[in-house]
Amino acid sequence: MFDIVSFIPRAVSQGIPLLYGSTGEILTEKTGNLNLGIPGVMYVGAISGVIGSFFYEQSGNINGFLAIAIPMLCSLVGSFLMGLLYCFLTVSLRANQNVTGLAMTTFGIGFGNFFGGSLIKLTNSDVPSIALSKTSAYFSKTLPIAGSTGVFGKLFLSYGFLAYLAIIIALLASYVLNHTRIGLHLRSVGESPSTADAAGINVTLYKYGATCIGCMIAGLGGLYYVMDYASGVWSNDAFGDRGWLAIALVIFTIWRPTTSIFASILFGGLYILYLFIPSGIDHMEMKELYKMIPYIVTLVVLVITSMRNKRENQPPASLGLPYFREER
Amino acid sequence: MNNKNHEPLFHVSKRDALPWQKAWAIRGAAILAALIVCGVITMITTGDNPISIYKTIFQGAFGSPRKSWVSCQNISILLLISLALTPAFKMRFWNIGGEGQILMGGLGAAACMICLGDKVPGAVLICLMVVSSLTAGAVWGLIPALFKAKWNTNETLATLMMNYIAIQLVAYYIIKWEVPKGSGKIGIINQNTNAGWLPQLFGMKYLLPIVVAVAATVLMYIYLNYSKQGYEISVVGESENTARYVGIKVETVIIRTMLISGALCGLAGLLLVGGINHTITTTITDGQGFTAVMVSWLAKFNPFAMIFTSFLIILLGRGAGGISTAFGLNQSFADIITGIILFFIIGCEFFITYKISFRKKAGKEETV
Amino acid sequence: MAEKIAAVTLKNVTKTFGKVVANDKVSLSIYKGEVLALLGENGSGKTTLMNMLSGIYFPDEGQIFINGKEVVIASPKDAFSYGIGMVHQHFKLVDVLTATENIILGMEGKLNIKEASAKIREICDRYGFDVDPDQKIYDMSVSQKQTVEIVKVLYRGADILILDEPTAVLTPQETEKLFSVLRNMREDGKAIVIITHKMHEVEEISDRVAVLRKGCYIGEMMTKDTNAAEMTNMMVGHTISLNIERPKPVNPKPRIEVKDVTVRSEDGVVKLKDISFTANSGEILGIAGISGCGQKELLEAIAGLQKVESGSITYIEDDGSTDELLGKDPRKIAEMGVSLSFVPEDRLGMGLVGNMDLTNNMMLRSFRRGHSFFTDRRSPRKLAEDVVKKLGVVTPDLSTPVRRLSGGNVQKVLVGREIASAPTVLLTAYAVRGLDINSSYTIYDLINEQKKAGVAVIFVGEDLDVLLELSDRILVLCGGEVSGIVDGRNADKKEVGMMMTKIGGNSHEQ
Repeated sequence: MFDIVSFIPRAVSQGIPLLYGSTGEILTEKTGNLNLGIPGVMYVGAISGVIGSFFYEQSGNINGFLAIAIPMLCSLVGSFLMGLLYCFLTVSLRANQNVTGLAMTTFGIGFGNFFGGSLIKLTNSDVPSIALSKTSAYFSKTLPIAGSTGVFGKLFLSYGFLAYLAIIIALLASYVLNHTRIGLHLRSVGESPSTADAAGINVTLYKYGATCIGCMIAGLGGLYYVMDYASGVWSNDAFGDRGWLAIALVIFTIWRPTTSIFASILFGGLYILYLFIPSGIDHMEMKELYKMIPYIVTLVVLVITSMRNKRENQPPASLGLPYFREER
Repeated sequence: MNNKNHEPLFHVSKRDALPWQKAWAIRGAAILAALIVCGVITMITTGDNPISIYKTIFQGAFGSPRKSWVSCQNISILLLISLALTPAFKMRFWNIGGEGQILMGGLGAAACMICLGDKVPGAVLICLMVVSSLTAGAVWGLIPALFKAKWNTNETLATLMMNYIAIQLVAYYIIKWEVPKGSGKIGIINQNTNAGWLPQLFGMKYLLPIVVAVAATVLMYIYLNYSKQGYEISVVGESENTARYVGIKVETVIIRTMLISGALCGLAGLLLVGGINHTITTTITDGQGFTAVMVSWLAKFNPFAMIFTSFLIILLGRGAGGISTAFGLNQSFADIITGIILFFIIGCEFFITYKISFRKKAGKEETV
Repeated sequence: MAEKIAAVTLKNVTKTFGKVVANDKVSLSIYKGEVLALLGENGSGKTTLMNMLSGIYFPDEGQIFINGKEVVIASPKDAFSYGIGMVHQHFKLVDVLTATENIILGMEGKLNIKEASAKIREICDRYGFDVDPDQKIYDMSVSQKQTVEIVKVLYRGADILILDEPTAVLTPQETEKLFSVLRNMREDGKAIVIITHKMHEVEEISDRVAVLRKGCYIGEMMTKDTNAAEMTNMMVGHTISLNIERPKPVNPKPRIEVKDVTVRSEDGVVKLKDISFTANSGEILGIAGISGCGQKELLEAIAGLQKVESGSITYIEDDGSTDELLGKDPRKIAEMGVSLSFVPEDRLGMGLVGNMDLTNNMMLRSFRRGHSFFTDRRSPRKLAEDVVKKLGVVTPDLSTPVRRLSGGNVQKVLVGREIASAPTVLLTAYAVRGLDINSSYTIYDLINEQKKAGVAVIFVGEDLDVLLELSDRILVLCGGEVSGIVDGRNADKKEVGMMMTKIGGNSHEQ
């Protein structure tokens, strides 16, 4: 029997990193930057948090506030620096966005695994992972009433604070994009930088701002993954291809952070669907086919949106292109 | 002076075309600067002195005849993949689905080796492997091309998704064919019979991919620069409107080019499975489908320049691997070093296309 | 008139792009309550000069004074703060946003769309503009877009207004409406600059005219004290004949017969409706119409680039045999032996490949020749050499990307290639748009040469004066329909203008 009550919370916790990643990438893409470095950024966000948490745990006494603040701050700084690097190369130096993004992903994943591996070696542990159970406990703490409210509590209240923060950030991003002047300017930069420039909008500033903030949001997705979802256990390459799925989500939701809240949970669900569908011991290979579903679904959505070709649903017009004011 | 304080400090403008010697000098300088930075970083992490770091890097890649052969083989494979992606890029079709296309090629070869290994004679088997891996790669390139041609579906994301579908497909077959049961691995295929193992050229183990890559480089250069199809690719890449205007069928060119691109990736998969590893895993490509994107772009889509860029990437990757081994560092150190080098080369293109003029008080300019 | 106050003064302003000097030590004043016409050939640096006032470019040298005080305009924002507003030739509007959103783009403070819309309506009422603040830009016509641009500038309270070739996309009636608005603004005490190269507009709207030539300031005078001939002399530097040659058609025979052609755009809008006409050999058929009323679709339909819903386009050979062109792409048409040349409106985006060199661009038409797998480079190279020599293309060498050439030279390369194949039909769209007078005449001569050789020429133009002087017959389009066909030798400009806005012109009313 399909156990929906235990399926949904797991789908949500799978979906949250994707939600962070896609919200961050939506902001970034709305200014015309196609950041394919998001997978790398999420790795850096995760490992930076792990480093912060690791050294804080080494220091001995643990205080709840610092246990959250230190890893979070480290994570934000790490992913901010990645965003800055991307902007410097693509905005200031006008480098090709695809190539820069891919290089950042190579670098970011290497960075994550290098420091992850080094930390693992420092702990002299037998298994190839580090467990940060003490700080992680603060991240995955749920609301006190979650346990006593039955199914409702299990479905809606059983998550760590970062999960709720992800939803708040997505709603906030949607509000800023659609109902504020900053959002209007941001969208115009992505649609037509020369127009925005002529209107007196600082294109460079908006591109830097949105991309760096977007990277920081995406980095939190990495942090959520290790500290909450994985209960503080870092092992190399465990984060997998979630960064790419986050980029797929951006297309899937047609650049709408609010849609992304549900879509990311849907993707999370598809990601773990194989665990809930009985396939029998004889057919272990079937689970690999289930894991294929999110990618096929995204591909289908991608194809369908391009088939329908509605004006409002198209990518930002300048996506992927560098802007140079004096281009003649 | 007060009302002058927000006069820009410097000013960026587009250069006239730079002579190629100067452009390559700038790129050379960037690589040099990157090497210095990498040296410094390595020095900090290992405490070794810079000279010996560079020596270790070089020895990591070319320290012994065997190492040199392996490096050359790796360069060949990376070069072959880069060449495979290049026609698509020239057409401005961002094929980042190399990973998937290689895997599918590998899967095609592995399927023949496993299912037909003891049923058909060796030569026939190898022919079948070639056909099936080229076809599998080509099909994987064809699918996003069809979407692009028909509905202008974003190819970057479509090819990306195709990668993961291919990975899962390979994972599925690995479990299906696993030896022994329950290990989750295929192991060396046909270890005893060597059926379907690609032949060694002149008795040299590493020579085949090198020969294939060299031939592919020359052929690709000729194809892109002197053939009618190559010309069509350039026109479509520069402007689809112009292509339609002169009666080039853009859809046909997209599909044809992606078939070639995918088939060549499939060939790389064949070499990896049938010639080098004699097994298949989901990580057999080692991210080279992505690395090749950068190799091809850095070489400005020039097949001969790609020999150099893929050499550089492999040298650094294997060199950093050497450092990791020598100093007991994590193997991912290589990725960090590669990343840094890439950032420098990506960044330096700016100085080839643009020039910066610093403004002086009197309004005179000094050009850099 | 009271003493004039200079709103803006430019002193020795210089701007270079690479090796090209766009403006060389230009000094110029703009006064309040006056319309200044900035006159010059294409590439004379008018737009560049004004772009430095609006903050798009930054001058290499020189000073700018606003109301007598030296200022630095480093960005468009600075320009706004000094009350300078510019309406660009290429509209700076974001397609997917509404008129209101576009108008308030770049301003500060809390976002309040309602309040802004109300203010926009107020401005529209005052000057008689017709804009729906909530309409998306991609749903608007060209003249509506221009209105949005002007409202945008007024919304910001600009008192120095720069208009870059505002009439290029308007009908004569719309132009008249614009001019009356400009006169209102002049009465308001605003300083207005209008960039143009059309003499009659200068005479109609401006108080003063300043002339630029090759980036240099040549001189200025009051409009009432000068005349078209003097201004032309200042613009081009030497007297040139304004007459375009029009030889008599020799032995015209029907060559292309277009019958009941209807074209729908991808989103279902009817672009051409039941178009029928015949183009004769040895004759120039001019096509007049407001921009975007089906000229592009018509030419592309003939050239095999446009999907046609119904109708037929027939090619008639000298011996009377016919071929159907509809449903065939350019390659098929060529393979049928029909030599059809097409100079499209978008030169670098369609006719040529900007990043390729001259030789490679010559190859576009001929690269398929021969059965070899490889391309032949020798003959295109020869052709490139010939075109450069015959048409006087200014280029460093044959391996220069055509994107680096100036507009006139780009057009010469394109026309040169198209007529090299000895066509029997020549389609041209806005063949002289953006070209200076000398290049324009070179193009007219080339077209006339083709006509004399018996080619059926279809010439889509925007300047009515040129159409009236060059064409043997003029087909006027209006909203995708044939409004009428007139004889080029007897046609009246006013009548053609009326036909452009209304099917059949005003003939019904008479």
